[in-house]
Amino acid sequence: MEKQKTIRVTNLSARYDEEVILDNISLDVFEGEILVILGGSGCGKSTLLKHMVGLSEPFSGQVYIDNVDITSCNDEDFRSTLRKIGVLFQGSALFGSMTIAENVALPITEYSTLSKDSINNLVRMKLCMVDLAGYENYLPSELSGGMKKRAGLARALALNPKILFLDEPTAGLDPVMSAEVDELIVKLNKSIGTTIVIVTHELDSIFSVAQRVIMLDKHTKGIIAQGDPLYLKEHSQNRLVRQFFNPSAKSE
Amino acid sequence: MSGFYEISEKNKGELVVHFNGRMDIESSTSILDELHSMIAQKSPALLAVDLDNVTYFDDFGALVLIELKNAMTTRDSGFKIVGTQGRTQDILSLVNFDAFEACLLVESKRTENIIVRLGDETLAQASNLRFLVSFVGSVFLSFLHVFLHPKSLRVNDTIACMEKTGVNALPIVGLTSFLLGLVIAFMSSLQLQQFGANIYVASLVAIAMVSELGPIMTAIVVAGRSGSAFAAEIGTMKISEEIDALVAMGFNPTLFIVVPRIIASVIVVPMLTLFADLFGVAGGLVVGVFLLDLTANSYISQTLQALTLFEVCWGMLKSVVFALLIVWIGCLRGFQTKGGADAVGNSATSAVVSSIFLIILFDSIFAVVRSFW
Repeated sequence: MEKQKTIRVTNLSARYDEEVILDNISLDVFEGEILVILGGSGCGKSTLLKHMVGLSEPFSGQVYIDNVDITSCNDEDFRSTLRKIGVLFQGSALFGSMTIAENVALPITEYSTLSKDSINNLVRMKLCMVDLAGYENYLPSELSGGMKKRAGLARALALNPKILFLDEPTAGLDPVMSAEVDELIVKLNKSIGTTIVIVTHELDSIFSVAQRVIMLDKHTKGIIAQGDPLYLKEHSQNRLVRQFFNPSAKSE
Repeated sequence: MSGFYEISEKNKGELVVHFNGRMDIESSTSILDELHSMIAQKSPALLAVDLDNVTYFDDFGALVLIELKNAMTTRDSGFKIVGTQGRTQDILSLVNFDAFEACLLVESKRTENIIVRLGDETLAQASNLRFLVSFVGSVFLSFLHVFLHPKSLRVNDTIACMEKTGVNALPIVGLTSFLLGLVIAFMSSLQLQQFGANIYVASLVAIAMVSELGPIMTAIVVAGRSGSAFAAEIGTMKISEEIDALVAMGFNPTLFIVVPRIIASVIVVPMLTLFADLFGVAGGLVVGVFLLDLTANSYISQTLQALTLFEVCWGMLKSVVFALLIVWIGCLRGFQTKGGADAVGNSATSAVVSSIFLIILFDSIFAVVRSFW
């Protein structure tokens, strides 16, 4: 069976004022896969993610989510597309004036008709999934960076989105916790079939979760490699790609 | 009854719920509502859930099962799941279905009784006061340091701050003072005209603007523009750990942030006040010339007669004190910021409110001092 393309990015260019960040990028994300976007710092990973979520307007090109062009569709279509996605931001982006439970409950109260008790149960379930049970009544400013990240993940998961965008989900977590988050990501993908797009540069995470990787480069401002990470590590012809996957190896 | 399930009775008191179709965000609310009332009505001894015909199942489905299980356990009745498929089982293990009870929901924070709250508040105020005093102390020490080592002053920051606080505020200060002079002249002329004392409008406007309204209006505009900006900027620096970074690099945050602002404000606020006086008198002049048939010449000479140099200096002295108050409160509130985005907003609000109050308070003190001069 041909795999459905959940997200299609075609000829996307992004600029920041005059500076070109991404130049003519095309990529597809298939239904139910875990795609990792990687690359060195400043290569436009987060910019690409922002465009895929529709937060930034591209200089040129289109982004289709379930065949809806989110760069040009009307507000109603855009909003119904947003219902299908969950985003974990790099800085967690929890609302500082709300407790962790209220943060997670916010989208659920808005988009479902569940009773208050059920919402509480659901929030508890999501927080259990990210190992934050018991922190319901804490304010984000009272949590450590790693905990905020996990709370942000719980909020992204709140509506059980079809597509999950994660911007550096394991940055700032200790190795044990980041392995647990990786495991959660894989489990989500396997059980619910969530399509997951991850931006990261943590090698451990990449090897444990990625089914396919796309590597961006700062100088060409485009995709320099894509495919299975293990294969790329051993067989890539591109020096930059080999260096990225084998950081200790000296460049020839 | 919604079409998401069918109920059959197996043995006496044992109900089987056969779910079919989708168990997701759309269906879970109605399923839960109906089954809760069904359980309350029939109070079965055992509830079995059959998931064989479920076509779609996600964590909202899992929520339904968790709630049903809870409802049954609180009634000391049995609950079991039959016919889970692989995918459903995966999701149930993902959400820790079996161990869910262990994930205890903590109670919401209780509000303490009034004595405890009073004590907490007192302690908080005491530590605030301590911080306030130590802040004043560190400002003085920093000034001493700048005095002894003039090179440690961040000149570029000071000049940039002078531009932001002074030059950029000039249009709004000028406009408000001009309008104020206009209004005072007009209102007072209504009274003075009855006595044929039109010429004294000039004296009234000059004295009112120079000794009271010029300094106060300028200070209030600066408090609103710059005091809040200081608090918000420093507050944001505080919560994004920039202040910590300064300390870690061996900088003194007071010297780095507060001193340039104090110096800049103490220089530009009196200058703004002078401009305010000037614009206020100009506003009076417009009314005098166009409404009261005074010549510009006589208006100006009457103004000069009414004013003494002491009066002008007194107004400037006041505005120096107001400038100090604005910067002090703005920076203090900034440094007191703790928490997130809303804390920054609170700091900015509190900076403006406190500085306007202090401006009025100190103005009254000045008035009292003058009357006993």
